[in-house]
Amino acid sequence: MQVQFRIERFNPDQDTKPWFGEYTVDVEPTDRVLDALNLIKWRQDGTLTFRRSCAHGVCGSDAMRINGRNRLACKELVRDYGSKITIEPMLGFRVIKDLVVDMEDFFASYRTLQPYLVNDEPPGVGRERLQTPEEREIFDDTTKCIMCGACTTACPITWTNEDFLGPAAIVNAHRFIYDSRDHGANERLDVLNSKSGVWRCRTIFNCTEACPRGIEVTRAIEQIKRTLLTGE
Amino acid sequence: MVSSYRGYRAPQGMLSWALHRLTGLGVLLFLFLHIIDIFLVGYGPELFDDLLFIYHHPAFVVGQIALIASVYYHAANGIRIILVDFWSNGYKYERQLFYGAMTVFFIAFIPTATIMIMALLDEL
Ligand code: HEM
Ligand code: SF4
Ligand code: FES
Repeated sequence: MQVQFRIERFNPDQDTKPWFGEYTVDVEPTDRVLDALNLIKWRQDGTLTFRRSCAHGVCGSDAMRINGRNRLACKELVRDYGSKITIEPMLGFRVIKDLVVDMEDFFASYRTLQPYLVNDEPPGVGRERLQTPEEREIFDDTTKCIMCGACTTACPITWTNEDFLGPAAIVNAHRFIYDSRDHGANERLDVLNSKSGVWRCRTIFNCTEACPRGIEVTRAIEQIKRTLLTGE
Repeated sequence: MVSSYRGYRAPQGMLSWALHRLTGLGVLLFLFLHIIDIFLVGYGPELFDDLLFIYHHPAFVVGQIALIASVYYHAANGIRIILVDFWSNGYKYERQLFYGAMTVFFIAFIPTATIMIMALLDEL
């Protein structure tokens, strides 16, 4: 099938403001949006710039706005969009070139929440830290994050508030706060209780809608809010 | 982070939030107006009565209907937000709760608006 692509282009060395390039490609309905972007780059305009790596929804490189909503280009089938597809970079970050955005602040927010196991005690029997399936289940959902940024840049609060840590950082804090093997919960909760933490969330649910891993992002944020209120 | 808002195709949750903020700020504006007019009573009942015509002006009555709509929406959706915040399963029913809030809104607003519009037509 023939699909018309409108892609937001911006090269800071040449352009003063972003513009839309139009490309028509011949693709199979079951091709993914990423396949079409590759065809455009390889056959029509080699300067088109975007990130991709695994092409199978696990590395988190190719989050972008597809018809106005954050999606992974490698997970979306062309047939679900029809013959006209608009591609724009994620909102709220500086555009480095075309669809590539500067995610330094995104990872800086992530790092403030110690997204790793905090536990100075030696592990128990057999050099392992044991955990029941029930204890593991509590944070199962948030272990699935691939740090693509789709949730954070779908959130209207992040578009205007530079300090808000954003859904992705909170999801990865949730991953460890509720882990029975971890001892760093209080430090993380202190950061999340600050002005730039979970209270910026207005339960808009754009993050949950955007997450390509199907993580219940708003649920995780709300759970942390309740923990901060009740101590549980 | 550089804010570069150009467009996000709003899901229903984003619309409900935008309306909540809009109606919240709208009601706040009316509240300020009301504080000013009550303050004017201090300068004597005559002045207050003289200014009452503003409140009977059709444009203001239309504004009052919008005010009622805002209060009803903000209250109904406010309950939805409280449920999402405090009920641990609330997140699952966020969308249904929104449709519920809209139903409550219309059940309350239609009769109120009918009464207000009838009164307005009577005065004209
Ligand atoms: C009548 C006077 C009221 C005014 C002036 C008012 C104003 C506001 C404003 C400006 C916000 C901030 C919205 C935001 O930051 O997104 C807000 C939020 C809120 N209001 Fe009201 N409100 C009023 C009444 C109510 C009522 C009657 C309820 C519920 C029954 C309510 C429930 C809420 C809730 C739950 C929020 C938090 C929403 C959020 O976090 O996005 N409000 N209100
Ligand atoms: S929570 Fe989902 S949308 Fe957010 S960064 Fe992780 S995988 Fe991406
Ligand atoms: S290219 Fe790895 S997630 Fe899409």
